[in-house]
Amino acid sequence: MPTHRLPPLAPLPISHATAVSALGHGRQAHAEALQAARTGLRDVRFETVPLPTWIGRVDAIDTHALPTSLAAHDCRNNRLAHLALLADDFEARVRAASHRWGRHRVGVFVGTSTSGIFQTELAFRDRDAVTQALPAWFDYARTHNTYSVAGFVREALQLQGPAFVVSTACSSGAKVFANAQRAIASGLIDAAVVGGVDSLCLTTLYGFASLELLSKDIARPCDAARSGLSIGEAAAFALVQRDDSDASTVLLGHGETSDGHHMSAPHPEGAGAAQAMQLALARAGLSPDAVDYVNLHGTATPSNDAAEAKAMATVFGESGVWCSSTKGATGHTLGAAGALEALVCILALERQWVPAGLNRTQPDPALPLRYADHTRAIPLHHVMSNSFGFGGSNASLVLGLKA
Amino acid sequence: MVCVDVVGVGIVGPGFVDWPQAQAALVSAEPLGVSPTLVPAPQRLPATERRRAGTIIKISIHVADEALAHSGLQASQVATVFSASEGDGKNCHDLCVALAAPVADRMVSPTRFTNSVHNASAGYWHIAAQSMTASTSLCALDGSFAMGLMEAATQCVADDRPVMLVVVDQPYPEPLHATRPLMDAMGMAIVLAPRTMASAQRIATLHLGYAARAGAAADAASEPTPCQNASLEALRLALPSARGLPLLEALATPSKVRSVLLACFDDLNVHVRVA
Repeated sequence: MPTHRLPPLAPLPISHATAVSALGHGRQAHAEALQAARTGLRDVRFETVPLPTWIGRVDAIDTHALPTSLAAHDCRNNRLAHLALLADDFEARVRAASHRWGRHRVGVFVGTSTSGIFQTELAFRDRDAVTQALPAWFDYARTHNTYSVAGFVREALQLQGPAFVVSTACSSGAKVFANAQRAIASGLIDAAVVGGVDSLCLTTLYGFASLELLSKDIARPCDAARSGLSIGEAAAFALVQRDDSDASTVLLGHGETSDGHHMSAPHPEGAGAAQAMQLALARAGLSPDAVDYVNLHGTATPSNDAAEAKAMATVFGESGVWCSSTKGATGHTLGAAGALEALVCILALERQWVPAGLNRTQPDPALPLRYADHTRAIPLHHVMSNSFGFGGSNASLVLGLKA
Repeated sequence: MVCVDVVGVGIVGPGFVDWPQAQAALVSAEPLGVSPTLVPAPQRLPATERRRAGTIIKISIHVADEALAHSGLQASQVATVFSASEGDGKNCHDLCVALAAPVADRMVSPTRFTNSVHNASAGYWHIAAQSMTASTSLCALDGSFAMGLMEAATQCVADDRPVMLVVVDQPYPEPLHATRPLMDAMGMAIVLAPRTMASAQRIATLHLGYAARAGAAADAASEPTPCQNASLEALRLALPSARGLPLLEALATPSKVRSVLLACFDDLNVHVRVA
């Protein structure tokens, strides 16, 4: 357990949250799919990539056009972000918050791993045969740069506060909640749009395949025969405000640590992951037995699920806590996963059920987890979401119903 | 407004190899003898990692080591904020070329993919320093220094412990270079400590907040603070990490109270009172 004494942090009201993923558009679609234990993964190919794998694809991206005023930002990643801003009137709720606090007082913190890199991949195919120059349509700042998705969201929502992208691989979408909680507590801003956006591209499909982490089978988190992840794409956003009497859920705590162990493999005992969970609990002022459900990082790679199960046992003991990974439903949405799974936790708290962990046909006896194979109605007061990434980046969030 | 102490600085760039050299340049009116940035080979990295590390990782670890030594703190006490306008440009180029090949010829190296994550420098640092503290990796295009500084200071106060900011640029090869021309590599690191620590290594105290930027035509006083030295001012305008130089100029003469505006976006600055 980390010894550093943590200053207390006020619970942060979550005023609104929405997402677009392979499960559908908006809260209702996600709640229905999760409750019905329906996967959005399909055995299909993306673009010119022949790799045999299952994909959590958002088909609407292909036909979605950005408004003329934002057309310069056009790329797969920003289209996906825009679809989520339109879902559940999210844009309108941010406008109201911007009106309430002032547009300089609303931050934009977005997690992504690859931002608009697919646009660059296409541009490289279209290089000039003689000069090798990139085509004139390529826009570095608005589509290639890692910040591009946060810049797009800031402009689309007409905000003028601080903004950045957090890009810590697959923990990015969780860590932005910590940025917002800190910045609001410090008095620098009063509200923030936080979220995660990652879209399909060649870099991640070929990249995870090169590391032998991409499964040919559908992702089977915590299954004895799990063979890797299925990649999905998603955009998820939440609006958090200093105070909001209408909010039903709150962010209670966050924990962030580094493994300091290896660039692409987790610490075998899950030491950094366990510390992140313990820090999140300490900030929330909760003991482990106050947690009713944990949404696992649960990527379905052999090493992640094994390390995470050890970390869970360290924090919650042998009796455990209800848990599941929803990546068998959504795919691993990488930099968006933390934000998408925060929405899953919000839906679980509001509806008082634990979402099923899909595709597990043969439980791995080496993983001491109280795993929910089926959607299960239980009283939920506090839930945790885990997100871990390459570079040994760990983040845990604790969310709860508003007191 | 957040308030923190600066307790360590590290820097390398075109014309200076460490903080004492940069400090001298910052307070001088003489033109800087600009020479290509020397990319160090950080001894802290284990041999395997050193072989796999690109320029941005090497510079990040080098300036982090200088700043940490300056602060007298141990890596295990210090959380980190890495903020970079772009990642490893060479690695990105090589990946894009490999992926643009005909389907049958597409080969991606696992090391290249692993190093393509924006938090590669942070990952290598925490492995080399055997540090399990919190770490984040940010990007805010040309505002990466100012936004990184604000996040580091906010975290330093919120968690009541030291935080190190590391900001590094690495140019792209062509053809990406033509779309994002960066003249050279450069990096700087600043260790912040909470006021409660009352560090004996205190260089200056920073009071930080956001300030609206109206544009030069509407309000010249809301434009970011330039560097006094003309060569360094040219550098400030050419490299995103160099947008932090006016703060370092104030740190180079800590006896004077200074007010510095650092550029974030065309409508936002960070205001720093250095005392």
